[in-house]
Amino acid sequence: MGDRNEPLHQIKSRRDSALKALVTGVPYMNWLGITFDRRGDELTAILPYDEKLIGNPRLPAIHGGVTAAFLEVTAIIELSWSVMWEDLESGRIAPDAAVPDSLPRLPKTIDFTVDYLRSGLPRDAYARARVVRSGRRYASVHVEAWQDNRARLIAQATGHFLMPQP
Amino acid sequence: MPDQTEGPQDDRTRIAQQFIEAIPHARALGMRVDELGQGRAVISMPWAEHLVGDPRTGVIHGGVVSALMDTCCGAAVMVHPSNPTSTATIDLRIDYMRAAKPGQRITARAECYHMTRSVAFLRAVALDEDGENPVATATGAFTAER
Repeated sequence: MGDRNEPLHQIKSRRDSALKALVTGVPYMNWLGITFDRRGDELTAILPYDEKLIGNPRLPAIHGGVTAAFLEVTAIIELSWSVMWEDLESGRIAPDAAVPDSLPRLPKTIDFTVDYLRSGLPRDAYARARVVRSGRRYASVHVEAWQDNRARLIAQATGHFLMPQP
Repeated sequence: MPDQTEGPQDDRTRIAQQFIEAIPHARALGMRVDELGQGRAVISMPWAEHLVGDPRTGVIHGGVVSALMDTCCGAAVMVHPSNPTSTATIDLRIDYMRAAKPGQRITARAECYHMTRSVAFLRAVALDEDGENPVATATGAFTAER
């Protein structure tokens, strides 16, 4: 895959701009403040704490719906990212946030099941998704979210998605 | 509200309504409590540009529907006649039937169909202005603290 001698800055810029195009195209993600950290092809979603995310002011705790949304967003971006990776690396596509038609169409959620393990504290949260199976039509994705400790998950979820048809 | 008689349940309903509408995230999404009482809740919210999940179509993000359903289920638990003092989501499954129409209000209806000492079982449905064809359905288990 790719050219071994391709300049590093060019590789990074291609991957980062494709990821940015994927992420900034979704208004809801911007409103929640979700960003993605990339290490090679591995993505970590970051949900910075904000007062508007609170669901229980007494504890306080992050709203369960926000946690669900954060997990779902992470699953969708990871799935799109993993599907577009080969095309991106081979130069067949070059998504650009400024050109809406260059953006890949996103998978549609069929169902999403969230398992709440601990209450979300008023601080930043992180999530990583794993594509368990990716077919031409359907995909299954597992996603985990945590805050201070990677091993102490606040929630995990499994979702099924309908892939965009060419 | 379905319960027209004045009484403790009515006060609880009013308190629960104020409580829900004061939740920062519920406020941020513009949620409005339309009906509440006897283990049932109806909560709605308007479509908004910043909640869009697919800019090509203007369809609201599934995560927003999750947040609305979760709030609505939690509210239904809080107004169950067994009077739980607090609740939290244990698990919530959402099935997305179709995209919500851009520009239309989304309404969630939740019902606590079974309650044990410590667990509440919920069913919910999300609708846009076409009340015949659900946008999404949900089933969940919630804690019931006493």
